[in-house]
Amino acid sequence: MSLTARFQGTLGRFALDVAFEAPGRGVTALFGPSGCGKTSVLRCVAGLQRLGGRMALDGDVWQDERHFRPTHKRPIGYVFQEASLFPHLSVRSNLLFGHRRTVGRGVPESIRLDDVVDLLGLARLLDRSPEHLSGGERQRVGVGRALLSQPRLLLMDEPLAALDRFSKEEILPYLERLHGVLPVPVLYVSHDIAEVERLADHLVLLREGRVVAAGPMQDLQADPSLPIARMPEAGVTLPAVVEGHEEAYGLTALRLEGGRLLVPGNLGAVGAGRRVRIAASDISLARQPSTGSTILNSLPARIVAAERQDEVQMMAVVALGAEGQGARLLARVTRKSWDALGLAAGQDVFAQVKGVALVQDGLQAEG
Amino acid sequence: MNWQPIVLTLQLATLTTAILLVVGTPLAWWLARSRAWWKEAVATVVALPLVLPPTVLGFYLLTLLGPDGPGGWVASLWGARSLAFTFEGLVIGSVLYSMPFVVQPIRNAFEAFGDRPLEAAATLRASPLDMFFTVAVPLARRGFLTGAVLGFAHTMGEFGVVLMIGGNIPGKTKVLSVAIYDHVETLQWAEAHWLAGGMLVFSFTVILAMMTLEKRIGQARR
Repeated sequence: MSLTARFQGTLGRFALDVAFEAPGRGVTALFGPSGCGKTSVLRCVAGLQRLGGRMALDGDVWQDERHFRPTHKRPIGYVFQEASLFPHLSVRSNLLFGHRRTVGRGVPESIRLDDVVDLLGLARLLDRSPEHLSGGERQRVGVGRALLSQPRLLLMDEPLAALDRFSKEEILPYLERLHGVLPVPVLYVSHDIAEVERLADHLVLLREGRVVAAGPMQDLQADPSLPIARMPEAGVTLPAVVEGHEEAYGLTALRLEGGRLLVPGNLGAVGAGRRVRIAASDISLARQPSTGSTILNSLPARIVAAERQDEVQMMAVVALGAEGQGARLLARVTRKSWDALGLAAGQDVFAQVKGVALVQDGLQAEG
Repeated sequence: MNWQPIVLTLQLATLTTAILLVVGTPLAWWLARSRAWWKEAVATVVALPLVLPPTVLGFYLLTLLGPDGPGGWVASLWGARSLAFTFEGLVIGSVLYSMPFVVQPIRNAFEAFGDRPLEAAATLRASPLDMFFTVAVPLARRGFLTGAVLGFAHTMGEFGVVLMIGGNIPGKTKVLSVAIYDHVETLQWAEAHWLAGGMLVFSFTVILAMMTLEKRIGQARR
């Protein structure tokens, strides 16, 4: 179950030549700066734009040298940057526009109107005209409309980019909720790394019409040679499981691959899955375990790679666990400390984690 | 009071408008969506009656519809000699004469909403024809209303072309504008006043109604 795509062609200013795969579950982000061709790639997948190439979903070929399936015959849902609702129809009719043309024609109904209305909080809006909705509400209807067309692939083209900060924060939790329950894979175009980290599991990095790198989110985040590691907010997002609670101190223990973190608050029942983000600037490295320090989380790790970022900073990749077999974290340290401690790749260190953010609901936890 | 010219004129205008909506809609769609380089040449031909003197248009139509033109050949299919000086001929002339008044507003309306609603419809499994009727036409309804009203009103008032290709045959081609001309020629001022005044009131009502309706459609969408 997966999507394979390869597109080649000229797009105004530059040549586009991309090939990538996306897994059959979860959110794959097409990420890159404005004008890198990510929206064009999405439009090609939808058949709204035609470039040479090949594209298949679960082995079902939508485009190759000889065939080109028109958009209306592709089982997709498409969410545009501006919701693009039909102004002559009510919210309900907008939601059911695709539904009538799929379920109404015998496609099995796996996403029902009631579920979508609940999931996206649309009950109050159903009989309104789209023109009376706020930007955030409109976009929620746009997402619902796409879902109700029973897609086997959901395409989202910067669905939050046209919204103000407030509407963005209003709609993100809905999208995160979708992430958990959605039975279909999602291709998500964005140029906002924070948004991508909150929503995506997989990443395809694009630049000037080419794929720079592709793979699971945490692998790419922990690659110091990629442009995302150079952003001030560089960091990694990792899956974690609630392992236990230290109720007397109000802490939750999270198990990461190769390590254990204590974070404030009750983060749910034992066994619950969480996504945490650890910024490169929130990690410092030590050669000894931190005794006589207020730092809660000091995890044994091994330096796997390091790269000089500029005059002042080094970016190090450390793998958790005494043998360096666990999850990888980024650590941004000064060159001065790096040299003073005589650090180098292959060395065993302690990663001191100063802050952990929970990405699923945006809670910030300082440890 | 002779109602015949009025009835005939209404028949002509209704038929012409109906034909223009059927023929003009796909034409307007093509003009709005096509990327063919020569489409503006077609648009110009459609717009010609706006600037061409009606007598010029009428003259060419007369030669085309007459016994030696293609119209004569068509007429021979049912044993007639010519399409000129017939009601059918008048309909053909009116369709050409009023075409820009119908096609232009519809084309503008099709262009106004851009590609996005159509793309959205396609991603929601609407076939091109489905999309045309469920999205494009409803979104362009103001253009259709304007086009239909202008086409109808314009056909009602047509004079030059009618005189050239239809003449003045009572019950067949003697429409309102020609009747008024006739009355004036024969110094029947009272009858001319009735007809002219009637036209004035009619035109005023039509345009007022159209503007009110347009406004209401505009509000309904907001």
